[in-house]
Amino acid sequence: MMEVGLYHFLFLGAILFGLGLFALISRRNAILVLMGIELILNACNINLIAFSRYGGLGVDGQVISIFVIILAVAEAAVALGIILNLYNNFSTVDVDEIDSMKE
Amino acid sequence: MSLYSIAFYFFALVIIVSSVNVVLTKNIIHSAISLFIALFGIAGIYVLLYADFIAVTQIMVYIGGILILLIFGIMLTTKITNLELTTKNLNIIPSIIFVTVMTVMIMLIIRSTQWKVVNNPSGVNETIGLIGNALLNEYLLPFEVASVVLLVALIGAAMYARKEKTK
Repeated sequence: MMEVGLYHFLFLGAILFGLGLFALISRRNAILVLMGIELILNACNINLIAFSRYGGLGVDGQVISIFVIILAVAEAAVALGIILNLYNNFSTVDVDEIDSMKE
Repeated sequence: MSLYSIAFYFFALVIIVSSVNVVLTKNIIHSAISLFIALFGIAGIYVLLYADFIAVTQIMVYIGGILILLIFGIMLTTKITNLELTTKNLNIIPSIIFVTVMTVMIMLIIRSTQWKVVNNPSGVNETIGLIGNALLNEYLLPFEVASVVLLVALIGAAMYARKEKTK
């Protein structure tokens, strides 16, 4: 095991991105798909902050990651509203069974 | 092996194990709890990267906000009394292949790129003041736009989630 550097954080971000992508592809419950999106956004944040630390650019990466967090909150709120609406209309949140525009 | 490396590997192990649990477990509530642990680990990684403010924001916003919202969503959309809290994965083999190829590709790209690394960050002792200055000087317009986006998302989410009574 070597000393921790930029590569380690980027690899961690890549693994987290892969896991989030896996949830996005293979999960059937819409809320778990949403959790996959959160994992992907966190992977992106790790990358941004790692570059902010090792790139010598000051706090720009951290400021951008604050915007990512803000957008993640907005996205989670709207997506949960949509999922609740889907549940009201279809009585399920299974993304495979929701295949019509109207009930 | 320094304490920094040990802390990094500890947090990385926590994050990866709990994220694997998030994407593989059958029980939705277990998934949410694992996401909770993973988000805490990510906050620890932020602390290791000298981003204390982002770490606190992560804990407050993700764990105090988004995760609670997700658990509310789970409670409202599953029939708990019928013990239907489980879910299945679909297309496991193709997605494992796709995701593995994708991740390995990203890692190879990271590996083969020459990053310009500055190992000694100059004067980043406290980030809160720097972030505040950056937010109110160079990033003022995105900051204001983000506040409008949050307001619109709030109103939109409330409007979507309300039950239609016009039938």
